[in-house]
Amino acid sequence: MSSDTTTLTGSTGREVGVNKVPIWRRRKAAANYIALLPYVFFALFPFYIMGITSIKTDEEINNLGQSPFWATGIATEHYVYLANNTSFFNHWFVNTLIVTVAVTIISVSIGTLAAYALARLRFRGVEVFGVAVFITYLIPQTLLFIPLIDVINTIDEVVPIRDTYWSLILTYPTFLIPFVTWLLMGYFKTIPVEVEECAYLDGCSRLGALIRVVLPMAIPGIMCAILFSITLSWNELLYSLVFIQNETAKTISVGVITELIRGDIYYWGSLMAACFIGALPIIMIYGFFMDYFTSGLTAGAIK
Amino acid sequence: MAEIQLRDLWKYYDDVAAVRGINLDIEHNEFIALVGPSGCGKTTTLRMIAGLEDITAGDISVGDRIVNEVAPKDRDIAMVFQNYALYPHMSVFQNMSFGLKLRKTAKEEIERRVNLAAEILNIEELLERRPKQLSGGQRQRVAMGRAIVRDPQVFLFDEPLSNLDAKLRVQMRTEIKKIHQRVKTTVVYVTHDQVEAMTLADRIVVMNEGVIEQVGSPEEMYDAPETLFVAAFIGSPSMNFIPCRVEANNGGLSVRLSDDLTFPVPGDRNDRYGSCVGKEMLFGIRPEHITDKRPHTDPTHHDFTSDVIVLEPMGIDTMVFINIGETEITTRSRPRAVSQVGETMDFTIDMAHMHLIDPETEKVL
Amino acid sequence: MVSVPNVDRAAVAPPPGPFRSRMKKRLGPDIDGYGFLLPATIVMVSLVVYPFCLAVWFSVSDAFVGEPASYVGLENFIYILTEDDIFIETIWNTLLFAFWSVLFKVVLGLSCALLLQRILKLRRFFRGSVLLPFVAPTALSTLGWWLILDPTYSHINWILANVWPFSYFGWGPYNFLGNPTLAMASVIFVNIWRGIPFFIITILAGLMAIPDHLYDAAEIDGASTWRKFYSITLPLLRPVLAIIILFSTIFTLGEFNIIYVLTRGGPMNSTHLFSTYSFTYGILNHEIALGAAVALFLFPILVVIVVFLLRMVRRDTSHEL
Ligand SMILES: Nc1ncnc2c1ncn2[C@@H]1O[C@H](COP(=O)(O)OP(=O)(O)OP(=O)(O)O)[C@@H](O)[C@H]1O
Ligand SMILES: [Mg+2]
Repeated sequence: MSSDTTTLTGSTGREVGVNKVPIWRRRKAAANYIALLPYVFFALFPFYIMGITSIKTDEEINNLGQSPFWATGIATEHYVYLANNTSFFNHWFVNTLIVTVAVTIISVSIGTLAAYALARLRFRGVEVFGVAVFITYLIPQTLLFIPLIDVINTIDEVVPIRDTYWSLILTYPTFLIPFVTWLLMGYFKTIPVEVEECAYLDGCSRLGALIRVVLPMAIPGIMCAILFSITLSWNELLYSLVFIQNETAKTISVGVITELIRGDIYYWGSLMAACFIGALPIIMIYGFFMDYFTSGLTAGAIK
Repeated sequence: MAEIQLRDLWKYYDDVAAVRGINLDIEHNEFIALVGPSGCGKTTTLRMIAGLEDITAGDISVGDRIVNEVAPKDRDIAMVFQNYALYPHMSVFQNMSFGLKLRKTAKEEIERRVNLAAEILNIEELLERRPKQLSGGQRQRVAMGRAIVRDPQVFLFDEPLSNLDAKLRVQMRTEIKKIHQRVKTTVVYVTHDQVEAMTLADRIVVMNEGVIEQVGSPEEMYDAPETLFVAAFIGSPSMNFIPCRVEANNGGLSVRLSDDLTFPVPGDRNDRYGSCVGKEMLFGIRPEHITDKRPHTDPTHHDFTSDVIVLEPMGIDTMVFINIGETEITTRSRPRAVSQVGETMDFTIDMAHMHLIDPETEKVL
Repeated sequence: MVSVPNVDRAAVAPPPGPFRSRMKKRLGPDIDGYGFLLPATIVMVSLVVYPFCLAVWFSVSDAFVGEPASYVGLENFIYILTEDDIFIETIWNTLLFAFWSVLFKVVLGLSCALLLQRILKLRRFFRGSVLLPFVAPTALSTLGWWLILDPTYSHINWILANVWPFSYFGWGPYNFLGNPTLAMASVIFVNIWRGIPFFIITILAGLMAIPDHLYDAAEIDGASTWRKFYSITLPLLRPVLAIIILFSTIFTLGEFNIIYVLTRGGPMNSTHLFSTYSFTYGILNHEIALGAAVALFLFPILVVIVVFLLRMVRRDTSHEL
């Protein structure tokens, strides 16, 4: 991220340093913006459609002669319907929130410990562990959801977790821990070893140095790990689809696609309202912390 | 009391022996400088004393206890790193008080000590700043302050000044000396810079390839090196070494440096060098002991003439490069007494400062 | 060992006894590292490694929901390869899907990253917008596409019918998700939409890492924009591109959400990928054994890609040192 900003200011400085921007340069710059517009339009299009459809009345939605791109008024009936007639807010939203928070805490703590050991400590087999983390990071859920049902059923005989969000709290860390570990390994490696060693000499134990010195220095990395855990848990579909049938135990994604789509008549208004509201928390978090997101994705892929 | 003892200390990194059987006694409140070429094991030794590196064999004791298995946090040692290693997320005050806080020192006591250290180091106005907002020299001071406030048994420095520019380095060097006079503790100071070692240390330890070559006061190291390595390593520009043959003539000894250049050995060394007669040896002499020709009465001074090959003016002196036999050597003269390149020049050599080295054992006789 | 006077050996604090030092000699200086890895290892072994082995076991058994399983050898694999036409089609679908998706994601991602790198104002807005598909919940945003592609309500069909110049041709209305070819094109399209941001971000980071002075030098040499792209940007970006293409290929091959929401593998099984087909077998038809066997076909491809990736990542890090 820091290299990002330095290059940024570097090139900005160079461009701005020219007092009078020549006209051809300005034209070229304008061309860049115009060329970007289709991408922006493409990226935002479905969100716009969701938003605009969710505030139309059913009548308006079903009036096929009228342009579907604009609403003549703002109708809140679909949101009211979601609140009164479905489990959207009462259960799905709450469940998703609980799962997300729990899974994020679990995954980031466990992943932090593992990343620290893999990035910093010297012991036999450390490379093997590193490679193992990398491989588990790449194992798709497709390969695991069938046997995981079995695992959950086995655990269910001791602790009742089947058909509750506990099954998700248990299984989501399987894809988050490797991700967090991989991400934070890169961050920890950038922290000078000497600072940590100084902490030891100042009187810290290993865990003390990690908590008081290394973690505060890795805050951007930790933030990024937290944000990604939140996003990935919030967005997960396959496991919650497979592990949960009980309507009140569902998460947003599953609830919406299994409970709000009924028969052949689609209730587009409420469906789009649910999609919009369901995506909104993530989009808002993303708006606030965009820089952490981008740096994390980069680190996760390249480091 | 914080004397340090290293006994048969070994360190292996996998198959690489970084330190190979070191023995060293460091006295209470002594300032020891550890010098040697890159990769000779200085840092490794320091880190073993600090406990940051496990020792492969041998013992380290600090004060009266063996600390081989003691964790760094329990050794009561402070270390100043080359890159300062300040905690970037803490203010200067927090940086300096961190160690005390962990040791549950009372709040007033922490304040008192930090303020005292800040005063010694002249960084009182910086206490609220973050490390990022400090210059290199200021960071250096904070790093030392952090060590001072803890009042540790032992201070370790690993090339603390090498990231500073030349001028600041000289200034901080003086500062460190003053501080050590004020805050007496045992210090082990690793450096690349001989001048630092010579000016700061009570004793210098020269290491080479994981072993100690020689330990002694700066004067001893300079005047009486025990090995070829130390003779070559200490001093800048370094000592000249010329292949020579020791010859006996009418009761005295002399060294033949080339076909037409022979100098008598000072009479008091006849016994020392007696066994070398007829052997090929290395003759060592420092540049400052071959000067432009000066009037002299001393029997150990001798004159000779040679062609000037290269001149390197240094300001106060000029380095004159000449050939003796096949060997190019450096001499040191007053600028105004120097001839032009290509011309001949008269020199005086002071044989009282000669060294004779056995090329096989590389020991100075 | 030299005996040391002055040093009271009895006063040595011995808590980490000889056992600890012996372990240290054998396992390295920081043996507490194993402790730090323990929680992660427990989770990964019990919820990844063990289920994976279970999947392998299922694939060579006749497991069916609610019945005890017994070993049947390679029967399941032989069955799906020789008698199950849908599975053969699924293989082709998956390859087709991954190929076109990744190809378009690279091209569009690269071009968008190059544009984003050049703009100076409104950077955050532009970046934020084009990256949004990546963070929004896939299932929900795909439902938005579902509406857009719906035969009756389709916004695309509406444009084709009502907006000049499209209306002039009289195209459509299309049943995007009802026709096998269009359905495949649609799921690829949505997958591209969702996957471009990943390419944009990583390529942008790669572009940032290219030192400015190379471009300055090229400019002094009189290189054109195209020439600079071809001779500097592309070669220096190649390692990054290779890595993200492999990453993206893995994720694309395992795609589930988009297919499940848009087509559920239909129409006529024309858009099944390994994931949805395995879901159909394992969850909908309760044939766990066949479901596991289908999913396991991903594994060999995965191994090849992981080997490539590991090599590259390793080389990359050795570069850093
Ligand atoms: N962590 C390590 N792993 C493997 N070998 C190491 C490690 N640290 C040091 N070494 C090796 O041990 C030897 C001594 O290293 P050390 O850092 O002590 O040298 P030094 O005298 O401090 O050198 P410099 O003056 O360059 O700092 C070197 O050969 C080095 O390559
Ligand atoms: Mg060193």
